[in-house]
Amino acid sequence: MTAMQIVFLITAVVTLFAAFRTVTTPNLIHAALWLILALAGVAVFYALLNANFFAVIQVVVYIGAIAILMVFAIMLTRREMRDRGKQTSGRWWWAAILGAVFFAGVTWMIEAVALPSQPTAAVPASSIADLGKALVNPNGYVIPFEVASVLLLAALIGAVFVAWTRHNS
Amino acid sequence: MGLLSHPITLVADWLRNLFLGWGLSQGLTTVLLYLIAAIVVASLANGWVIFLIWFERKIVGRMQDRIGPNRVGPYGLLQPFADLIKIITKEIIFPDKADKPLYVIAPLLMDAAIIAIWAVIPLVPMVGMDFNVAALYTIAVGAFATLGIILAGWSSNNKFALVSAFRTVAQMISYEVPTVLALLVPVLLAGTMSLQGIVEAQHVWYIVLAPLAFLIYFIASVAEVGRTPFDLLEAESEIVAGFHIEYSGMLFATFYVGDFLHAFTIGMLGAVLFLGGWRGPGAEAYPILGLIYLWIKAFVVYFVGVWVRGTLPRLRIDQMMNFCWKFLTPLALILLVEAAVVDRLLLGFTPWGRGLVHLAINVFIGALVIAYARAYDNRRKRERPLAAKPGQYPVARPPQPAAEAQSD
Amino acid sequence: MNNWLYIAIFLFVAVLFPTALVVVGLLLGPKRPNPIKTDTYECGVQTWGETWVQFKIQYYLFALVFLVFDIEVAFLYPWAVAYKALPLFAVLEGVLFIVLLTAALIYAWRKGALEWS
Repeated sequence: MTAMQIVFLITAVVTLFAAFRTVTTPNLIHAALWLILALAGVAVFYALLNANFFAVIQVVVYIGAIAILMVFAIMLTRREMRDRGKQTSGRWWWAAILGAVFFAGVTWMIEAVALPSQPTAAVPASSIADLGKALVNPNGYVIPFEVASVLLLAALIGAVFVAWTRHNS
Repeated sequence: MGLLSHPITLVADWLRNLFLGWGLSQGLTTVLLYLIAAIVVASLANGWVIFLIWFERKIVGRMQDRIGPNRVGPYGLLQPFADLIKIITKEIIFPDKADKPLYVIAPLLMDAAIIAIWAVIPLVPMVGMDFNVAALYTIAVGAFATLGIILAGWSSNNKFALVSAFRTVAQMISYEVPTVLALLVPVLLAGTMSLQGIVEAQHVWYIVLAPLAFLIYFIASVAEVGRTPFDLLEAESEIVAGFHIEYSGMLFATFYVGDFLHAFTIGMLGAVLFLGGWRGPGAEAYPILGLIYLWIKAFVVYFVGVWVRGTLPRLRIDQMMNFCWKFLTPLALILLVEAAVVDRLLLGFTPWGRGLVHLAINVFIGALVIAYARAYDNRRKRERPLAAKPGQYPVARPPQPAAEAQSD
Repeated sequence: MNNWLYIAIFLFVAVLFPTALVVVGLLLGPKRPNPIKTDTYECGVQTWGETWVQFKIQYYLFALVFLVFDIEVAFLYPWAVAYKALPLFAVLEGVLFIVLLTAALIYAWRKGALEWS
């Protein structure tokens, strides 16, 4: 086993455990923190894949913004949300079966596609500049790029409308 | 000559050969070298804090017409050591119902996040990482510092701490917006996110090309550290000591050290992004000179921060939020567009020509903004005549009880 | 990969430094807790009720606006890195993106979502 594989395995175990604790811990703040650990694990995966930009963005957006948004949302709730009761619903095994089926399906798909075991092309040195060029290239992703902006604008308007208008009246 | 021009490379090569001579593998040698480098840089940063604590107490003391530390050692220079010995032997109190593991992790996380920024700072020319996302990395690491504050506030099981933590986080995330937008300007001008690359691209310091972006970056960074005038997180009259109210002993000291280190790290980043980093006469021939230049520049930025701290009063929370969202953020957006459009039109210019045109436009935008702010302020004063006028008491004075005063 | 190796080692050292100091503090400092010392600090007043305070919706709104800006910036950074090699038209596309972002800010501003009351 190479050092990379060991790092990968450790990260995988930590990420999965954190994800598991996210859904099983009764304390909502703890759940949010476990989720943050799981998200950090994903960032490590990106780093292992040499996807520097995505590793950093994963941390900036998911841990720096989304996780904090969640913590704020939790603190907005009243005490009732701090659930001390049973953490599983009566039909948890349905979810377990569905999860297992989904996992099997994904595994089968990955096996069936027969991905090349070695990279087919060398990783370009400045992939970020290429990404930037592709984003604004008329033959590339310029439409999704601008649509993303409009989408975010719509998201913000929607959020302000829902959260703020009701609050004011 | 050899040792002077390439001391770091020389030492690194010597160590590498030494480790290889011991029969260690290539990979392990690299790991060991990196470990040594990391320990040296982190020690440098942490050791420097000891001096900063003395310096800041002395300077702020003088600014506030006090003497500052002057008992322990010459000019009180040994004061931080005395404080360190004292605080390290103090009890670390775990308050009732505190979430113990999180309570301990919080300061460590915050401190570690700030030290981690130093991993990507190009201290000397040529040596060091050419990390192609370094600029964003500094922001990403900051997310963990924010997290540390949330953890501290929540795990202390104290209302003041929790309120303070939330205020702090709201402030930190708000001011992160102008920070990242201002950071985009040097990235755009240099065409790279590598801090080493940004320094190398600064034939003309970016403070000439983008003085307003530097100002925004500096102000927003000071706010993110939470120093006066943005120190609402420790407004004593409202929330006592802030999110670290329950902390004592070394756990508190960790927050304290983190604060000073953060302030200097901000100066470091400001120097790297806008003041040419290690650039200076002879820096390329003698890399150690580059380190000294960088240190001086960072110290100047840091000193301005201390100066501001010693001078300005604290803002109110709504003022602080308005300043961020309604002033700094729109201005940062305008500057970004300016940098993008103007720099494209100046494609064939010499570095200095480009710099001067940018400077002129920046001055123009700055003048407009100041004129607008003046007009806004005047309008506000006209609408609310009771608000403070220069040289006048802010609220109408209550009638003086003259008769009682006489009978006394 | 070497960059990440260095960063990983640096992160390890960065965690190690404060941890070592705190451990020394734990070893050297006394441990004499008593109910009054470990009581929640509240300026000498007995603490009352739950610590769990319900927060204002403003915190959430600011985090939301911040999130939108954060994601937009994630798009803008690659554009800024590629900037030097872009034709004027592509630069203006980026500017359009920023203008839309500004529109979002203006909307939130006009709606009063940026007021802290």
